Amino acid sequence: MNVMIDYGMGNLNSAQKGFERVGLDIVVSDSVQKIRDARTLILPGVGAYRDAMALLDKLELSEVIKEEVRNGKPIIGICLGMQLLYDKSYEYGEYEGLGLIEGEIKKMEVSLKVPHMGWNSLNFKDKDNKILKYINEGEYVYYVHSYYADSDNSELVAYSDYEIMIPGIVNKDNIYGIQFHPEKSGMVGHNILKAYKEIIE
Amino acid sequence: MLARRIIPCLDVRDGRVVKGKQFKDIVDVDAPEVLGKFYSDNGADELVFYDITASSDERKTHYEFVKKVADEINIPFSVGGGVSTVDDFKDILRKGADKVSVNSSAVKNPQLIKDASERFGAQCVVLSIDAKKNDEGSWSVYVKGGREKTDLDAIEWAVRGVELGAGEIVVNSIDEDGMKKGYDVELLKKITDRVNVPVIASGGAGTMEHFKEAVVKADVDGILAASVFHFGEIDIKELKKYLKEEGIEIRL
Repeated sequence: MNVMIDYGMGNLNSAQKGFERVGLDIVVSDSVQKIRDARTLILPGVGAYRDAMALLDKLELSEVIKEEVRNGKPIIGICLGMQLLYDKSYEYGEYEGLGLIEGEIKKMEVSLKVPHMGWNSLNFKDKDNKILKYINEGEYVYYVHSYYADSDNSELVAYSDYEIMIPGIVNKDNIYGIQFHPEKSGMVGHNILKAYKEIIE
Repeated sequence: MLARRIIPCLDVRDGRVVKGKQFKDIVDVDAPEVLGKFYSDNGADELVFYDITASSDERKTHYEFVKKVADEINIPFSVGGGVSTVDDFKDILRKGADKVSVNSSAVKNPQLIKDASERFGAQCVVLSIDAKKNDEGSWSVYVKGGREKTDLDAIEWAVRGVELGAGEIVVNSIDEDGMKKGYDVELLKKITDRVNVPVIASGGAGTMEHFKEAVVKADVDGILAASVFHFGEIDIKELKKYLKEEGIEIRL
């Protein structure tokens, strides 16, 4: 059972469909028991960091997620869900994240338009990472965000240029994060999720 | 860098797409999700569904098509037409649309832009502006499908819309619409110079050169068109190949 964690941040339908299209069975839930029983976890989300963490805490999910992931359960965070995996964020204040990956979420300070919204091309850093198996360097994915993950880049798999380097896909052990929306990125997004399915199976 | 977006616009009436008859395998009226998938599979970067259902009483049920589209296609799409309340935004976004566009209702009630932006984020609030050149050499905003002139200046309205929280501006030129002589690059340039959110050109496409012109001369982020795509006059894949060869950043 793959559990997509529903903590009240946005419409999960598109994200769910994206995973189902590559053949993954998804259960959408906010239940502690389901998260414990899950084979893998998906952490989606759009919206504000503070609200997301507050909701996860309120539902008493933060500690459960951390525990399960530290015990080796695969997790993939999408968009805001990826940002939540990091130590903390500076979005409208300073808020602690799940702390599963070292690094901070910062506002993009660029002369280009923010949010970074639209199709941007992916450059590979960790070329051999299995999640890149079915895509080619230079292919485009769809982003919508104003904050990005700033770290020592040891977890960086692929990134896009937007004056600064925007981490697109990250991976640390059993933890994956995707900043863009694979479920909105056409065949390229589909192929990324297809590779992810193979990784967790 | 970000690719410029090519955006087909589909008119939906009573839950069905109107137009599109000269495409092979596509009849002249089809389900939004079928045509949407066709465009998505053939190179569209984003889709716009514009609900032209006449009766507002039945509009709520007509937004049902939004969920079907969201289930079928895997590129972003926006929905507009008859959106007048924050609840309409909620309804459309919940059904899986990525953005909602407002036009006449925002002119009547600018606060709608602010309320929706604060609640759902600027990235999903699109301000669509119908503009027509006036005798003074500037552009007036029109409402009600271009039938009614307002006192608003199109450029100032775009700036104000962004201040209120719009995350994207679509500029429809009433003068150029359906003329196939090219986009109103003069107006578009004046708007892209003034706002720091994506600007989408609409109205006037006839040839592939017109798309290039909108990007090169007016620096627009996206280019929207309807009939040239629906009637097969321009093939999106060929268009994108052409633009790429002309040195424009494009997702092939």
